[in-house]
Amino acid sequence: MSAPAPARVPPPWAAIVAIGLNTFREAIRDRILYLLLVFALVVIGASRLLSLLTVGSEDKIIKDLGLSAISIFGVMTAGFMGVSLVFKEIERRTVYTLLANPVRRWQFVTGKFAGLLSVLVLNVTLMYAALAVLLWIRGEQPLALAPAVLLTGVELAVVTAFALLFSSLTNPILAAVWTFAVYVTGHLVWSVRLLGERLPPGFARGTCEALYWLLPNLDRMNVRAEVVHGIALPDGFLAVSALYGASYTVVVLALASLALERKDFA
Amino acid sequence: MSEVAGSPPAAARVPDPAEVVVRIRGLGKAFRGHLGIGRTVAVDGLDLEVRRGEIFGLLGPNGAGKTTTLKMLLGLVRPDRGEVLLFGLPPSDPRARARLGYLPENPYFYDHLTAAEFLDFYARLRGIPADERRVRVPRALERVGLGDRAGTPLRKLSKGMTQRLGLAQAIGHDPELVILDEPMSGLDPVGRREVRDRILELREAGRTVFFSSHILQDAEMICDRVAILDRGRLRWEGALRDLVSRNVRWFEVEVVGALPPDVPCERVSREGERHLVQVADVGRLARLIDAVQRAGGQVVSVWPRRETLEDLFLRELGRPPGRAEGPR
Repeated sequence: MSAPAPARVPPPWAAIVAIGLNTFREAIRDRILYLLLVFALVVIGASRLLSLLTVGSEDKIIKDLGLSAISIFGVMTAGFMGVSLVFKEIERRTVYTLLANPVRRWQFVTGKFAGLLSVLVLNVTLMYAALAVLLWIRGEQPLALAPAVLLTGVELAVVTAFALLFSSLTNPILAAVWTFAVYVTGHLVWSVRLLGERLPPGFARGTCEALYWLLPNLDRMNVRAEVVHGIALPDGFLAVSALYGASYTVVVLALASLALERKDFA
Repeated sequence: MSEVAGSPPAAARVPDPAEVVVRIRGLGKAFRGHLGIGRTVAVDGLDLEVRRGEIFGLLGPNGAGKTTTLKMLLGLVRPDRGEVLLFGLPPSDPRARARLGYLPENPYFYDHLTAAEFLDFYARLRGIPADERRVRVPRALERVGLGDRAGTPLRKLSKGMTQRLGLAQAIGHDPELVILDEPMSGLDPVGRREVRDRILELREAGRTVFFSSHILQDAEMICDRVAILDRGRLRWEGALRDLVSRNVRWFEVEVVGALPPDVPCERVSREGERHLVQVADVGRLARLIDAVQRAGGQVVSVWPRRETLEDLFLRELGRPPGRAEGPR
């Protein structure tokens, strides 16, 4: 009879790193990622052709289409992969062995998020690099687009957090619908406030005001028009927007952790 | 910083066979039906204790509540009532889970990983440093006979290989308690034998094994104690050695030659001069042997027939549910 090895309770980051790496590995071995990436790169490349249809503002078309492609294909990747992140673990019962380890559920959520976000960062970097090469060939300064790309990354973090939350609550199809709904309303949240301002004081106006503050204001992370047309951003706008997005992401991830904490893996 | 889970340092820790590793008290769980309609009781007032160094079998037909019990033990399912303690800690405490290994029923693992990557992932989860993982992973693969499969994607492994890999994942970090859910289910006889051997090795090494099964022969071969569960309730719990030593129910005797008429025995079969008979107790057995010898016959074999686990199982399941019986 031998004495068992002393059991180690790993530091919290160990499980997050392990789960993150596994999620990253799973994503980069998934064909969907490459399909989306290739399609995005084709769109960025095709923006050069589309720019020929306009007179005098070819570079603006390339920048606008390129940045839009980065945002749209980034959101599609976050959505497609994010909505099945937790669900797949439950469906395939891999979550049983994972959570039977000294892993807390918030670590599981954080690891999953970190893994997918790493994939998205890689994806966005590749797309931005392709766009930068295109602009550089035309003698344009691609660094001017960096604020828009950075805030797109923050927006993707918020969308991924929502996809993860919905993936913890329901099946991938419903999770995809809800994530898309959040994405759309997140970009139209200004209209909710506008509606509230036109309503008489009361319940409806209060509801609009509450929704305005509760829903993620994803439009705050859309500065594509400003960088394309060379309009200067207000002082501190970039930092405040990034902080807002990061805080929103943390809150949504906390909700996802709470949802999983209460879940029975029967 | 890594910490050592809620126990004295390894050098000071002496395994105590009387130590209760798993304590379950009044455990209950019911699941709501679809759309919240109806309620199915999975586990109902279960009391169990598993002691250090024993192989404990949780037996029962399908739907008896075995898997739900194991999941409550692992913190995957929250009990409605009652208490589960692992090493004196609730399963939600990572210090408790750091000391166990688990293999689920019909395991399905990440098919984008190779066998070595899979074990490396679980070792990372446990915070095992990279240099240690480089040694442990190939050793764990060797231990379950998959040393030449390190680079094989999991989707290309057979069911038996997947089960062995799952076992390597469960025991690779040398846990004190190994929880196995139907570890022999769906395996061929060779695979079952391999899993049995691994479980016996764990006991030899002083580890505690708690497993569920509906394959009674396997449980009978390796378990020190068993509990029989039916419809979520404990029907019988006890040491197998008590069952085997106490319950010799009859003797089967093979006799060649004339069968004396004056011995109270029941003939089971006859083939020419060979008779297979049953006698109820040792006294009658002695009288039979004596009478056969006097009549010029020969007793070829005597086979004490004990109550098997299967007999007990079927008997207990045939009874209406009630209090658990048997030695505690």
